[in-house]
Amino acid sequence: MSEKLTGIGVSPGVIAGPVARMAGPPALTGRSVLNVPEALSAVALQLRGRAAGEAEEILEAQIMMVEDPQLLEDAERLTAEGLDPARALDRAFSAHEKALLELGGYFAERAADVEDLRHRAVAAALGRPMPGLPEPGHPYILVADDLSPADTATLDSAVLAIVTRRGGPTSHTAILARARGIPAVVACPDAGLLADGDLVAVDGSLGSVRRGVTEREIDDIRDAFLATRARLRDGRGPGRTADGHAVPLMSNIGSAADPVGEEGVGLFRTEFLFLDRRTAPSLEEQEAAYAAVFSRGGKVVVRTLDAGTDKPLPFLGLAEEENPALGIRGLRVDRVLPEVLNTQLDAMVRAAAANPSAEVWVMAPMVTTWQEAAAFAARARARGVTRVGVMIEVPAAALMARELLEHVDFLSIGTNDLSQYTFAADRQHAGLADLLDPWQPALLRLVAACARAGLEMGKPVGVCGEAAGDPRLAPVLVGLGISSLSMSATSVPAVRESLAGVTLGQCRAAAAGVL
Amino acid sequence: MPERTVAIASRSGLHARPAKIFVQAAQRLGIPVRISVGAKNVLATSMLGVLSLGATHGTVVTLSSDSDAALDELTAVLARDLDDE
Repeated sequence: MSEKLTGIGVSPGVIAGPVARMAGPPALTGRSVLNVPEALSAVALQLRGRAAGEAEEILEAQIMMVEDPQLLEDAERLTAEGLDPARALDRAFSAHEKALLELGGYFAERAADVEDLRHRAVAAALGRPMPGLPEPGHPYILVADDLSPADTATLDSAVLAIVTRRGGPTSHTAILARARGIPAVVACPDAGLLADGDLVAVDGSLGSVRRGVTEREIDDIRDAFLATRARLRDGRGPGRTADGHAVPLMSNIGSAADPVGEEGVGLFRTEFLFLDRRTAPSLEEQEAAYAAVFSRGGKVVVRTLDAGTDKPLPFLGLAEEENPALGIRGLRVDRVLPEVLNTQLDAMVRAAAANPSAEVWVMAPMVTTWQEAAAFAARARARGVTRVGVMIEVPAAALMARELLEHVDFLSIGTNDLSQYTFAADRQHAGLADLLDPWQPALLRLVAACARAGLEMGKPVGVCGEAAGDPRLAPVLVGLGISSLSMSATSVPAVRESLAGVTLGQCRAAAAGVL
Repeated sequence: MPERTVAIASRSGLHARPAKIFVQAAQRLGIPVRISVGAKNVLATSMLGVLSLGATHGTVVTLSSDSDAALDELTAVLARDLDDE
């Protein structure tokens, strides 16, 4: 007997195996079996057992928090007043969480780490399994409510696939799963029905989880998965359809350290230079960072700083807003701090001049009107940029694509933000993931409008959102007239294979079918 | 009790890696040292306490301890850019 659960497929691949669930946060019920120091030691011991490799730095800081003398004192004072150890630990950690949250910014980000430790310490005191990755001793399908950054830091090769009840296509879990090539299904409301040891098949493309598979089927599916992965890894060459229509498959990167495929960089995010900074990075520092990417040659589409009140950076010093996603962000930061963009453009031009083997295109994020596009283009060209474009993330810009293209050389559609603004649905909101599905016809109609404008004007229109890396959606985007796709380098092989299996005519028929 | 004031030199503030290096240095001393910003006053050996100061690049903090040697050592740590280490 087999039974299918559905969610949203966010990382392609079909694999099968036994379920192991992540223990959720413990309920504060019953009496503690360990005292405060014993519970904290148990947590520290568990974390020490995992502190290895890339996760070591993160976990070391966590261990210091568990062994914090002030925390121990606070919790022991509460137990001396008669509180049960689990409740005392809960209250002591909570006070620190609250203090960090009140500080805001990157201090507030640590509050989630403290919350994770609170759950672990409470579970230890109550004698329950600690939340965290299971260790069943064999490869497994990880089933969780959602994954914390600390959980994802410790993911290892035993995890065959990930199924979460919460999360969306652009969530932390989804992005990490794609980067690691682990099939994943998120926003699966019935994930709670899956129990430890259930044999399931997960399809990270279709977003399905099938229960009741047999041992025999598991072997067959696993063999097929490994064969597919090997075949994709061996795949080479430029992106093209079966009848030879070329669609460059480019890479999204966040710094020179990220892997790049054969056909260049379609989105070079420059935020990494600005994170954790009190003052803007200098012209020279920026030039060196851009040159590190340009020196590899090939096409590189650089995006100017995409920050603002939604992704606050200390040095911008922007005031807090009620609705940061609708406020000063992306190119809008230029309204209040024009020097940031000037320096960035100058650094890009200098780095490009020093690396003539690179073909450097520059684009601005969060452009809304043709006037903004025209002003950005004029400014970039005046400073020496040769190919200027803008991102399409706002429906208003998509509807005016033709007018925008009268002023710029290319468009690049950011489907994640375009979804958020078209559907009035926060891209991080787990409960609205269905609205953020890149197959939504309203989103695809906006993509189609941009592509059509590009074809009419003879200018390229690419897609660089997560949708570009979906091997099932890629033929549809190509059928709509999209000229290039940019995605994380690990997604390229599956998209290449998908396009190679269809003709341009089939892509167009598929596109007509979904609109 | 002797005190020292020092401005946080680390670019990312007393957070993440710099906070870890500072707290570890305080723990190695084995002598009680407190660190304060305004009315917030915490143990220098407390990671959670030090983070709760919210000290960013340039924030002036006050260290207090009975040991001048301990104060000198921890002041020197905070005066370095720990992001580079």
